[in-house]
Amino acid sequence: MLKGDFNQNMGRVFVIYLGGCLFCATGLGLASWAGVSDRVIGIAFILLTVAFYASMGFLGRTAPLANDDVAGQHMPPLYNGMATAADWMSVASFLGLAGAIYAAGYDGLAFLLGWTGGYVLVAVLLAPYLRKFGHFTIPDFLSARYGGGIARIVGTVILISASFSYVVAQLYGTGIIAARFLGIDFRAAVFVGLAGILLCSIKGGMRALIWTQVAQYIVVIAAYLLPVVILSTKLTGIPLPQIMYGQALERIGALAGQLGTTSDLLVPSGITDGVNFFGVALCLMLGTASLPHVLSRFFTTPSVREARISVAWSLLFIFVLYSAAPAYAVFAKLEILQQVADHSLTADTAWLSQWSRIGLAAVSGDGGPLSLSQLHIDPDALVLATPEIAGMPFVVAALVAAGALAAAMSSADGLLLSIGKAISHDVYFRLLAPNSDPRRHLSIARLTMVAAAILAAWVAASRPAGIVTVVGWAFSLAASGLFSALVLGVWWKRATDHGAVAGMIAGWTVCLAYIVLTQVGAIPPLLGVRNIAAGLFGIPVAFMTTLLVSLVTPPPSQDMQDFIDSIRTPRGKVRSLP
Amino acid sequence: MANDPRAPDIGRKYWRKTSQLMCVVLVFWAGLGLGVPLLANRLNEIVLFGFPLGFFMAAQGSLIGFVILIFWYARRQNRIDEDFHLAED
Repeated sequence: MLKGDFNQNMGRVFVIYLGGCLFCATGLGLASWAGVSDRVIGIAFILLTVAFYASMGFLGRTAPLANDDVAGQHMPPLYNGMATAADWMSVASFLGLAGAIYAAGYDGLAFLLGWTGGYVLVAVLLAPYLRKFGHFTIPDFLSARYGGGIARIVGTVILISASFSYVVAQLYGTGIIAARFLGIDFRAAVFVGLAGILLCSIKGGMRALIWTQVAQYIVVIAAYLLPVVILSTKLTGIPLPQIMYGQALERIGALAGQLGTTSDLLVPSGITDGVNFFGVALCLMLGTASLPHVLSRFFTTPSVREARISVAWSLLFIFVLYSAAPAYAVFAKLEILQQVADHSLTADTAWLSQWSRIGLAAVSGDGGPLSLSQLHIDPDALVLATPEIAGMPFVVAALVAAGALAAAMSSADGLLLSIGKAISHDVYFRLLAPNSDPRRHLSIARLTMVAAAILAAWVAASRPAGIVTVVGWAFSLAASGLFSALVLGVWWKRATDHGAVAGMIAGWTVCLAYIVLTQVGAIPPLLGVRNIAAGLFGIPVAFMTTLLVSLVTPPPSQDMQDFIDSIRTPRGKVRSLP
Repeated sequence: MANDPRAPDIGRKYWRKTSQLMCVVLVFWAGLGLGVPLLANRLNEIVLFGFPLGFFMAAQGSLIGFVILIFWYARRQNRIDEDFHLAED
């Protein structure tokens, strides 16, 4: 149905996607105005979002699947940056960030710094060189640089573990959204989210139409900015949240004093938590530079030059959402403090009882006006609850939920795809059956995706931890397992096959063991490091192991040295290896 | 390039320049990402437009810094490629 290159289709896709979204939102807005109940509006928004994505997948079905890998090569860096940003913005960015800043104050900013600073490492250390290398997956690179099979398998296992943990967080997020807006039990809601995601991604998904990512970006950003802009206008009179929340910060300070608590937003919580602040920031930065769904975007830019500039555009587009996250958190905090100060919050307040039902808010007390200490809102619920807290029309809340759902679905889609590709391409095709039929790869990829998604839903339904923590594990695992091998592979010619493989295994094992052991309570946190920053142990272990083992094993061959030289220079062909 | 006797030398110089640029970028990266939070308490004493500077820097300032840093890096590295005639055709 859609053929031809990026520019030919851009306009059409834009009209279909944005027009469709606008049409649905206006239609439901009118329905709400005409007196249709909130519950129906909420359900309609969720179902329409899923139906919309499923039909985009159907629309893209006629495009050959290979498009997914090469479409980036037709895309100008600016659009590639926008698409990368759309892929990147998952429920962790959409729901997690503002929630973390709301709950932890200054300490929550570690997530902002971590998820943006990582792009500097991507740009400088990896993207141009991986682009020059020019294959499809990270295990392809590991296998070429570190002598084949074993490096490929180890890399694949690490990638799958990190991607899987990331998918768990997406499903947890969709579970929250479905539970609240469909009015069902959380466990059931996770599986409804799973069904939605599978429905959309099984046919190659919306990513078969890579151009929809650009439109997706605009929808997600709009859904996120709408409530913040309304809040900013309501509370300060000026619709520029990123600038005006300074005023809100001042008023929070005054209100907190009046309510007898300290304002914990501004001050880092001391040196003991300094370990966790820097630990989280560092793990997220290094993890960003190791996760497949980010890096693979830069494998396929038209040139090395454009790979570099693509990273810059990606970060600029991500910044648009991230700069609004602290404003979101601060305005929400001010609104809640204000209502507590006005004694207008009771346990019967509609939004509070809705969120209590699914266990994401808790109130104690005797039914009178709530004080601050009697009120607990789960950080993961904050972004979704804020429109209702501030008394905006329910349509705004439903729109935010649809945006969050879109972010979750596209990220889960991308990650499941990379898990499927890892099994079908890196394990099955490259190792087990090099001469097999491509159609078989496709069915193996789909089978893997379904299996991984079901397992992830099962884990998510058990509520292992909040969104940012689960995502933090994914980044720690990727950073511990892959960062040293990838970076030293380009920057240190002396890194040997044995060194890199030993480093990957050691770093990843230490990190995974720390997460699992602290999570089940078998060991107390060492040096106070929370398991979200488990990479703080895994990363140095990986580097030290790679360093030591490399130095005691014979240096890489002359052919390998030439190969490394050839990926370091933009000009010329990549030297083939025997 | 493979037949050029000076090639290894050019390659080495190119890589030295590239590595220097990498180090400079990483110094700025560490300053924005890790140095700014270290100084948060000190910076918070300065208030601009209602923002305590320490909070503002970690919430937005450093992020803007990262974006500018990558654009600047891309330009510098492209210039290095051209200076050594090693840019793509």
